[in-house]
Amino acid sequence: MSQHASEPSRAGTADEIDLSPAPGARGVRGDVVLEVSGLDVTFPSADGPVRAVRGVDYALHRGEVLGIVGESGSGKSVTSMAVMRLLPNTAEVKGSVRFDGRDLLTLSEAEMTRVRGSRIAMIFQDPMTSLNPVYTVGAQIAEAVRAHHDVSKQAAMERAVELLDKVRIPNAKDRAGSYPHELSGGMRQRVVIAIAMANDPDVIIADEPTTALDVTVQAQILDALAAAQDETGAAMVLITHDLGVIAGQADRVLVMYAGKPVEIGTAEEIFYTPRMPYTLGLLGSLPRLDRPSERLTPIPGAPPSVVNMPPGCPFGPRCPKHTERCDESEPELRVTTGPGHLAACHYAETLAGQEAADVFDNEVADHEALAGLAAGEGTGTDGEARA
Amino acid sequence: MTTVEQGTRTLLSVRNVVKHFPIRSKGLIRRQIGAVQAVSDVSFDIAEGETLGLVGESGCGKSTTARVVLNLLPATSGEVLYRGQDLTKIGRSEMRGLRRELQIVFQDPYASLDPRLPVNEIIAEPLRIHGLYSDGGRDQVRRLMQTVGLKPEHGNRYAHEFSGGQRQRIGIARALALRPKLLVLDEPVSALDVSIQAGVLNLLDELQSELDLSYLFVSHDLSVVRHIADRIAVMYLGSIVETGTAEELFAGPAHPYTQALISAIPLPDPRKERARERITVVGDLPSPANPPSGCRFRTRCPKFANELSDAERTRCVEEPPALVERGQGHPVSCHYAERRALL
Repeated sequence: MSQHASEPSRAGTADEIDLSPAPGARGVRGDVVLEVSGLDVTFPSADGPVRAVRGVDYALHRGEVLGIVGESGSGKSVTSMAVMRLLPNTAEVKGSVRFDGRDLLTLSEAEMTRVRGSRIAMIFQDPMTSLNPVYTVGAQIAEAVRAHHDVSKQAAMERAVELLDKVRIPNAKDRAGSYPHELSGGMRQRVVIAIAMANDPDVIIADEPTTALDVTVQAQILDALAAAQDETGAAMVLITHDLGVIAGQADRVLVMYAGKPVEIGTAEEIFYTPRMPYTLGLLGSLPRLDRPSERLTPIPGAPPSVVNMPPGCPFGPRCPKHTERCDESEPELRVTTGPGHLAACHYAETLAGQEAADVFDNEVADHEALAGLAAGEGTGTDGEARA
Repeated sequence: MTTVEQGTRTLLSVRNVVKHFPIRSKGLIRRQIGAVQAVSDVSFDIAEGETLGLVGESGCGKSTTARVVLNLLPATSGEVLYRGQDLTKIGRSEMRGLRRELQIVFQDPYASLDPRLPVNEIIAEPLRIHGLYSDGGRDQVRRLMQTVGLKPEHGNRYAHEFSGGQRQRIGIARALALRPKLLVLDEPVSALDVSIQAGVLNLLDELQSELDLSYLFVSHDLSVVRHIADRIAVMYLGSIVETGTAEELFAGPAHPYTQALISAIPLPDPRKERARERITVVGDLPSPANPPSGCRFRTRCPKFANELSDAERTRCVEEPPALVERGQGHPVSCHYAERRALL
């Protein structure tokens, strides 16, 4: 409604990203609000224990956006479910999650309930499953407000309308009376964001918040998320598989592979000077909108099974830099180009100045088989013979 | 019947295709009370060896168009000319013969492969159906597996034993078994992780140049389409709004929807991404059962909302813009089309 055709990117110009010291600005490191250390999650399975998360450490600073990126099965979602204590009882969780001077993993269920939603809010991928189909969206937001604040129903409803307006839902007052099924996917996700904002949380964890949405709607939701963050001053953990979303939103980035962070750094460090071959491979695999078509460099092979992982670097079998040393023990995260830029690779330094195409062998199709197929050998399926 | 002259390089010519799905009343009689206008007057050509990327968001009619092209769904009206033959008018047996030349690869590599058949048999099935298996079918299957980067020794395994990327390769091998001329690829890499997706895209590139295939590549992902397509058609609410070579379209998109689409896709480059000019659309897709009058995009169009005068807007409301060349270098269906550099 009030959006303009050429609204400037909310993160502003490139200059602003270079960590200007103005307090409270996005991207500026404040105190640590959430500190995850040695987080380990194991699920029992018929094939043996599944180590979905194997030692995640990160510190989330006030006001920052930490992007967690990884492919399916890398453990990025399980990590945040463990932080929120939302995993089933069968999951074995070790390590600590320091928040507000306490370890969340040791709180009683009642104490944890007070933290969830009010101090740490979560936004999931599918808004239809996080909303109750039989209540109006206004009532659900009001419920979230009243769950943690002692206010009248009417005041809570007024706050709900105000929140709907903040996430840019047009005619917020009328929309508050709608049921979730009456809204589009993008609108529903905004309602979920409004609920997350309801209690001024210190941390918002957004798990693939735009994955189910079309790109034009995704852009609107990312704006709404940024608005929610500005409004509440919360730090955000943004979990996604989309490197483009990470590039636009995250101040710092954690790259996960096989249940472990393999590289961590500022967005610029990760995208411009990656020091883990996996990160470089991911970037080389991406078709680019902003460049004419060039050959992609896929990463050969597939991620390892997290049941009975062999010793050594989990990326080893797919890695062009792989040597015997990599099989001996799993490389630890260590400092590379800057104090905050860590990579778990013995050969991180050899990636300096390299593009994905320089490092990864370009897998080519089996040309002999292709030529045989093209000639239609031995099958009589020659296309020309049809007529 | 209209025919394409023999010797021209056009393989497929889609002319004014319309596909409506009836909406029926409840109760016993189930009268038709409306229609979802999934595809409204879509036309395009695909030359031999060419890739046309059909791109748009959910509900724009791109998959329906692909199914009409393959005669998997009957068109409400219009023509689909494959080498001069109108597929919408030919009989079942003739179509069966042509199926050899027109194949499809589906999006979901989990749902599109029979879980009860070993991979050998999945790939052999089209050969058997067309009575070609007895003539060296076994070797052909081995060769197909090798071609798509699978080990022929794994032919006795079942689909569930393969990863998503490998399954998609099985789907491609099956589609190639009959040596088709045209492959319709319906979101073939959308379900795959990026590192796996890249391998499948490279494979499609190589298959095309070796086997002289034409592709109709349907996708919501403009980055993938830019990578693979020679020409691109952008769809919105059942119509093509802009079409041109991949190069032209990205150098100077002229339709406000194409511009919004390009500017909404995040670039994996923090400095560029944060300094970009944004063109945002507002609101949600209108119902295709009751599309807006005149220009179908006007209800979400940033140009309509912010730049046009009331007099100019009247034209958008009253007159549907045709998809024609408007001095922008390529056809675009906007009365006020204007090229913009966005990347």
